[in-house]
This record gives sequence, structure tokens and C-alpha cells, in this order.
Amino acid sequence: MMRRLPFILPLVLFAGLAIYFVFGLQRASEVGTEFVPSALIGKPFPEMNLAPLQPNKPGLKTADLKGQISVVNVFASWCVPCRAEHPMITRLAEKEGLNVIGLNYKDKPEDARNWLDELGDPYMAIGIDRDGRGGIDLGVYGVPETYVVDQEGIIRFRHVGPIQLRHLEDDILPLVEELSQ
Amino acid sequence: MTIRKLILILSLLFLPLSAQAVQPDEILDDPVLEERARVISEDLRCLVCQNQSIDDSDADLARDLRIIVRERLVAGDSNYEVLEFIVARYGNYVLLDPPMNIQTLILWIGPLIIFLLGSLAVVFWYRGRNPVPEIVEEVQKGKLSAAEEKRLKEILGEEGDQ
Repeated sequence: MMRRLPFILPLVLFAGLAIYFVFGLQRASEVGTEFVPSALIGKPFPEMNLAPLQPNKPGLKTADLKGQISVVNVFASWCVPCRAEHPMITRLAEKEGLNVIGLNYKDKPEDARNWLDELGDPYMAIGIDRDGRGGIDLGVYGVPETYVVDQEGIIRFRHVGPIQLRHLEDDILPLVEELSQ
Repeated sequence: MTIRKLILILSLLFLPLSAQAVQPDEILDDPVLEERARVISEDLRCLVCQNQSIDDSDADLARDLRIIVRERLVAGDSNYEVLEFIVARYGNYVLLDPPMNIQTLILWIGPLIIFLLGSLAVVFWYRGRNPVPEIVEEVQKGKLSAAEEKRLKEILGEEGDQ
């Protein structure tokens, strides 16, 4: 057996690597683009001060995120999946009572306002990110994206793509529960 | 048609193949900076399309990132600082050429380890192999097995009869 070891070991290593890659590829194809990890998990929410979209609500200011758990949702009126996830965002704000903040990504402000008039505006505050620089500072690459920011202003979670009920139940709400203890 | 014209026509025909996604309004006036921007862009992954560099991609985000790369260069950043700026936001995943760190170590040294183990296996195999088979040894010493002696006698006997 010991004499065979030098033959078997490379084979076992290669098999292990191959299995690891197969799982990696499968995971990638299952979740689509979601598997790109955020570089900002565990880091402070990037410094930004975006002008308010709505006349009666504040804009997105990093300093305002401290003191409570916030959900920052990157959305745009031109983004079709945003329409799909809108009821979930509304639920986070109204039923779960979370501080839901909008980042209106590369949108015309009047289009965004019309969109919110039609679907309802669940956000506590919305910042206008006309040129997408706020989005880039956040590492946004696909709209919609949703971030959970803790009381200290640290990003704890990021989801790319529309929020569905299972993301709410499996990821966001348990995390909020854990953070609020 | 002169050969020169032919070359010109062929070059023009193949021009679209080498054309990049970079739009004329993005290009910097300083050719040195623009060249650096091109080099940096080729190493940055377009996160929307994932297997293209931002230099190749027509995606909006790729364009935004190309513009940011150029802005940082004009502001005086080194190539490394520009890459760091993007990596801080998008993580190492944005680099098409992964850096060597704990997470990617196996990618870099894995093949080397497997090669070394393979070489060891070959060395052990040659060392551990039965030195020389008995039969070869006997033949080399000029010895024949009992069966061979018998056969040899038969052959010689037959020849002797003739």
C-alpha cells in the first residue's frame, strides 16, 4: 500500500479538485449571476450623499444609516424585475417595519416618481443616483440589488436580482432578527 | 490593381474584427494614458457578461467602469491604484487574472504539487521495480532452463540425424 501511495495520491488530489470544480460550476449555473460575492460584506456602507427623489422624503446619506438596521434597495423604473420584487420591498417596509431606503439607479427622476406613484412608495428615503456612481461605489452590477446594513452602518448581506419570498424568509428576516438581538 | 491597394482593401475588410467596444467619446487625448487605460481595462471583468473584459463589452456598466478607469488615470493614479479602486468595490472576482492569495493558492500551486507527486511516483516506480527478471539473468549467464536444455538437445539430435 505504501509503495502505491505515490501513484494514488495525485489521482485522489485530481479527483478532489475535479469534484470541487463540478460543484462550483453547478452552483454558478443554479444561482446565475448571484454567486459573485460582494467585496463589501463586513465593510462600512460607502460614503455617499444622494439628493432626495421625493420632495417629502430625505435622500440617501450614509450617516443616516447608523442607529438602526436598514435595507438598501437599488432600483430603477426601467428595470423589469424591480417591478416583480416591489411587493416584497413593500412588505419589508410595511409589515416588517424595517428602515427601507431606495437608491434610484441611473433613472430619470420623473420616471422614477411616476413608477412609485403607480406601484406605491414604500421607501423611507430615496437617493437619486443619476450617473450610477453611487451604485459603482456599492459594487452594483445588476439591478435590482438589496443590501442589509446593520446599526453600525456595516453591510451584512447583499442579494442580486429580485427579492422573492424565500429570500425574505430564508435570508433577510433571520439576519435582521439576529442583528436586532 | 496594385498590391498596395489590395493590402489596403484587405486591412479595411478586417478592421471590424479588431474594433473594440471603446466609444470615441471615451478615448483620452493623451495617447500614453489611453494606452494604460486599455491595458487596465483588458484585465477587468465585465460583471454583467462575466467572460468578457470591460474593454470588449458593450454593457453600460462596462462603459461606466472604462470611464472611471480613465478618470482615475487622469487624476494621477498608478495602474495598480486604479485596479485597487475597482477591486475595493467589486472584489477580486473583477480581475481576469486572479492574484495569488490564500483563496486562490490552490489554483496557483495545485498543478505544481500534482506534478511533483507524479514525478515522485515515477522515481519510486523505477526504484521499486524488480531489478532484473530471473530468466533474463540466466540467459545473460548463458544458463538454460531444464525445458530449454531438453529442447536444445532435441534440435541438436535431429540435426545430428540428418
